[in-house]
Amino acid sequence: MCGIAGVIHRDGPADIGTEITRMLQSMKHRGPDSTGYALYGPADDNIVIRFVLAEPNEAGGFGMDERLEQNRSEVERRLGQLGAEVDQITSDTGYAFRASVKYRGELQPLADYLEDIPGCEILSLGNSLEIVKDLGDAETVDKQYSLGSFWGTHGIGHVRMATESDVDLASAHPYWAYPFSDVAVVHNGQLTNYHQWRRRLERSGHRFQSECDSEIIAVYLAERLQSGVNLEAAMKESLDDLDGVFTYVCVTANELGFAKDEMAAKPLVLFESDTLVAVATEEVAIRHLTNSENITRDPYEREVKVWQV
Amino acid sequence: MAGVGTKSGVKYDARGLVEPDAEIPHVSEVDGKSARFDAGNLTTRQINLELRDLIYVQGMEDVTVVNPGSKNSLGVGILKRVNLTFEGSPGWFACGLIDGPQVRIKGRVGWALAENMMSGTVVVDANAGSLTCAAIRGGDVLVNGDVGARTGIDQKGGTIMVMGDVGINTGFMMQRGRQIIAGNAGDGLGDSMYDGTLYVGGTVASLGVDCVEGEWTDADTEFIERKYRIYDLGTPPTFQKFVCGKVLHNYDSLEPSERKLVL
Repeated sequence: MCGIAGVIHRDGPADIGTEITRMLQSMKHRGPDSTGYALYGPADDNIVIRFVLAEPNEAGGFGMDERLEQNRSEVERRLGQLGAEVDQITSDTGYAFRASVKYRGELQPLADYLEDIPGCEILSLGNSLEIVKDLGDAETVDKQYSLGSFWGTHGIGHVRMATESDVDLASAHPYWAYPFSDVAVVHNGQLTNYHQWRRRLERSGHRFQSECDSEIIAVYLAERLQSGVNLEAAMKESLDDLDGVFTYVCVTANELGFAKDEMAAKPLVLFESDTLVAVATEEVAIRHLTNSENITRDPYEREVKVWQV
Repeated sequence: MAGVGTKSGVKYDARGLVEPDAEIPHVSEVDGKSARFDAGNLTTRQINLELRDLIYVQGMEDVTVVNPGSKNSLGVGILKRVNLTFEGSPGWFACGLIDGPQVRIKGRVGWALAENMMSGTVVVDANAGSLTCAAIRGGDVLVNGDVGARTGIDQKGGTIMVMGDVGINTGFMMQRGRQIIAGNAGDGLGDSMYDGTLYVGGTVASLGVDCVEGEWTDADTEFIERKYRIYDLGTPPTFQKFVCGKVLHNYDSLEPSERKLVL
């Protein structure tokens, strides 16, 4: 049982960090273990890399501060080595970092080279996407990363109740579609053909950051998008290709969409107006977003909808 | 048990349960046998404590909850004949396990409305989520909008009326009771049903296993017209009737003692 949420503003940017925090906090009962955000700010020429160099429960260990500093310097060195010009590297926590870089090259070699540093995991990479995830509820993570100041057009979030894997960052959502720029997914459900798809995608040269089935959806969709299929068509194809019970929300630099499996077994509520679209596992989240009574509905089985910014 | 405070002021216990030490808020405006309170700033537990106090201790006959705020599990376990109105939308599991109240929801409602309801009525002005009326045993539920998937799953009695569309597997494994669906039905209607009757006014995407078209009788016409009259729903459309084909499950008429002999 997890909770997912998504918001897209069709009339310009808003304080989506705060908005998604309100939605996720209202669904804390669905998953208090970790909380994650994929937020989209205005597109920039720079690439933003969100990465961690240690798990939260490792930070503060013996000699860890020194190791984190060494590895942070190594990230900067490797970025320079690949021709990326670093504007800024900041950290809110000591183990999670945000780098803003000028870079025109291929993303996969960059991501692979950085992840080769011990403990380094790239959470997101893109011109407007920033993934933030950590342990605890939404208010905790919001405060830790100052998400109240994040201004953007759309975003998704996830509250996780750990059932089949650890309470750690690697298992927390959202998932970035490594190594595709600006694609992220949150998911509620289980994929029963996970291993089949993982092997298939690995044979195509993809690699995965986690053992989580949700990551498959992100990479699956990003691969379709790269081959020229639009997001809505890719999501419709996923209903036939992915087995299991699932509802997921996918975001790209300028789109947000949801898909519901053929059993409609996992919940989602949809609110749609001329300026705002919001989806969430429970209506209480939408109520906390709009602070008013809303006309919402449950999408039906095999339903896919996509909205543009 | 001491709670853990948060920025929003709501307290959680170690398992994340809200308000372990909640008390009756006593915030209602009372007028004779009628009471009304604003639930906007109350937690689920506080709202239900207030309701129970009004209904069971103070003996109110009409209770109105303003601003339910889509909170989950509101109005559950009410076992008394009382008029209960929600001015706004409750969330999931609203009015579960009730026996007797006349409920009106002036808004929409989330998943699992009136789960395991025994008797009474529930009328919803807008849409309802999936698993509406799961395992209900009696009473009437009317949803004026659309509902999600698996409406009346494991239904054991009562009548479910939906003026809009219903999703996949409506009436899944239903055992008794009736559903009147004025709109369209999704795939797998009546899948694996044991008994009961489904009336559909719109189209049916597909029938589930062992669900077949039933023979229309005067009793069906009388039943539908009566329900439309009671709830002031106008003139009923033409319905199709669906029942169990009775080939999937074991439908012999043997008594348990006779079955032992046969086996």
